[in-house]
Amino acid sequence: MDASLLQEPRSRTSRAAAIYDWVDDRLDLTGLMAHAREKTVPEHKHAFWYYWGGISLFFFMVQVLSGILLLVYYRPGAEAYESVRQITYDIQFGWLVRSAHSWSANLMVFAVFVHMFSVFFMRAYRKPREFGWWSGLALLGMTMVFGFSGYLLPMDDLAYFATKVGLEIPASIPLVGTVITNLVRGGSEITSTTTQRFFALHVVILPLLYLPFLAFHVWLVQKHGNAMPPGEEAKPVEERRTIRFFPDFFAKDLGMWLLSLNVLAILASLYPWQLGPQADELASAPVGIHPEWYFMSQFQVLKVFGRWFPGAFGEYLGIVVFTLGLVIWALIPFIDAKGRNGKWAKAALYIGLIAVFGMLATTIWGYWDL
Amino acid sequence: MINEDAINDILRSQDNDDPEIDGSKRSFLWMGVGAIGAVYVGAIGYPVYKYLATPAERAASETAVNSATLDGADKLPVNSALMFKFGTKPAMLIRSADGNFVALNAVCTHLGCTVKYNPETVRIECACHGGVYDAKTGSNISGPPPKPLTKFNVEVQDGRVLVTRA
Repeated sequence: MDASLLQEPRSRTSRAAAIYDWVDDRLDLTGLMAHAREKTVPEHKHAFWYYWGGISLFFFMVQVLSGILLLVYYRPGAEAYESVRQITYDIQFGWLVRSAHSWSANLMVFAVFVHMFSVFFMRAYRKPREFGWWSGLALLGMTMVFGFSGYLLPMDDLAYFATKVGLEIPASIPLVGTVITNLVRGGSEITSTTTQRFFALHVVILPLLYLPFLAFHVWLVQKHGNAMPPGEEAKPVEERRTIRFFPDFFAKDLGMWLLSLNVLAILASLYPWQLGPQADELASAPVGIHPEWYFMSQFQVLKVFGRWFPGAFGEYLGIVVFTLGLVIWALIPFIDAKGRNGKWAKAALYIGLIAVFGMLATTIWGYWDL
Repeated sequence: MINEDAINDILRSQDNDDPEIDGSKRSFLWMGVGAIGAVYVGAIGYPVYKYLATPAERAASETAVNSATLDGADKLPVNSALMFKFGTKPAMLIRSADGNFVALNAVCTHLGCTVKYNPETVRIECACHGGVYDAKTGSNISGPPPKPLTKFNVEVQDGRVLVTRA
C-alpha cells in the first residue's frame, strides 16, 4: 500500500484523493479519462442514428439481467410450463420480470435492425469498417436465434406451434435438413427434451458465442470511431463539426438509455406478456397463429413462394432467394468499396432500399394475409 | 425526463468554469439528478427484491406453524423414531422402550445437520460433527452442540399424534 495512505490526520476528500492516486498509479485512470476526453464524435444532421448501437447494447444488458432473474425460477424439461406459470402468476413481480424480458427482446431486435440499416445508409461498412459490418451480421443472426430459442421455453400453445413451424424451414434443406433438425429438436417432435436443448442453447451456448463477437464489435467502434456519412466526409475538415465523446456524447448516450428504460417500463408494466394454455400435441393449432414480427417477412415470402410454386420446389426457391439476399448483404463492403465509382454506390443504395421496403412490405403483407 | 441541456451545462461547467452557472445552482441540479436516480434504483430494486424474496417470505409464514398432526403415529413401534416436518424444519417423534412419546426438533444446534435416532445406544446422534443428545429430554450430552434440541408437546389421540409448540 502507498505510504501516503497511512499518513494522519487526513480529511475525507484527501483520503479519497489518495485512494484515487493509489488506483491511478496501477491502472492509469487519468490516461483513460484523457483518452475519453480527446475522443470526438461527428456532429451532423444524421447523428441521431449513432445512438442505435448503444440502444441495442442497453437492451442486451436488460436481457442479461432479466434473464438471470428468470433463471432463478425457470425449470426446463417437463416442468417448463408450470414453472413459467409460477413466475407469471405466483412469484411476486414475476410477471414484470418476464414481461420486461419479452418486451426488451423485441425492442432489442428492433434497435438492432434500425442500427443495421442506419449503418448501411451511412455506408459505414466501407474500409476500414468491414469487420464491424460482418461481426454485426453475426450478432444479428445470433440475436434471431436467441429470439427463436427463447420463444419456445414457456411451452404454451403459441410457443409450441411457432417452433414447430419454424423448424420446418431448416428441415426442408435438401439431404442434411432432416438430420440437423432432428438433432436440434432432440427427436422428431417437440417435447420436454426440446425445451431442455433450447434452454442450454439460449442461456449457455449462445451467450458464450455472442459475447466475444460483441466485445470485438464494440472494440472496433472504439478503434475506428464513428463513421461519417459520405456527404459529411466530402466536406473540408474545418467545416466538420464534432462533439467530445466524454462527457458530451456520453451524457446523450445515457439520456437515450434512460429513454429506452422508460419505454420498456411502460410497455412491460401496461402490456404484460401473456401466457397461453399449455402446449398439447393433440390440440389443433390456434387460429391466426403467426411468428414473431421479426420473422414475419421470411414467413410470408416462404408462404407466397409455396403458393406460387406448390410443393417442395416453392420452399427451396424461397430458401435460395433468402440465402442469396443474405450473401449480397454480407458482400456489400466489396460491392460498394471505398474509392469505387458512383455506379456501385448507387447500386448499394438500391440494394438497401429494396431490403428495407421489401422487408416492410412483406411484413405488412404477412399480417394482412393471416 | 431529466432536462438534458441542464446536465450538459453541469458537465460542461465542471471544466469550463462557466460563470453563468454558480456553485449553488450546480449542486442543486446534482441533488435533483441524485434524487431521480434514487427513485429509479428504488423502482427497479424493490420488485427485484420482492421477486427474489418470495420463497423466503413464504417460508417465514410456514415457520409460524404451531402444530403438526401425524396420522397413524400412535402405532409407532417402540424404540424407533418417525421423521416429520414441523413447519419447514425436520423434527422427530421418538417412541421409547417404555412406550412413551417424545417429539424433538431434529436440527442439530451445532451447525444445522439433521440428527438421527440410534435405537442401539438409545440416543440421538449427529453424523456431521459427532454431537450426541439424550433421546428423552433432547439435552446435549457430548460433542460440539451448544444447546439442547427443542422439545415439543405431544398429545396421543385415537389414530394420530398431535405435536404442538411447547
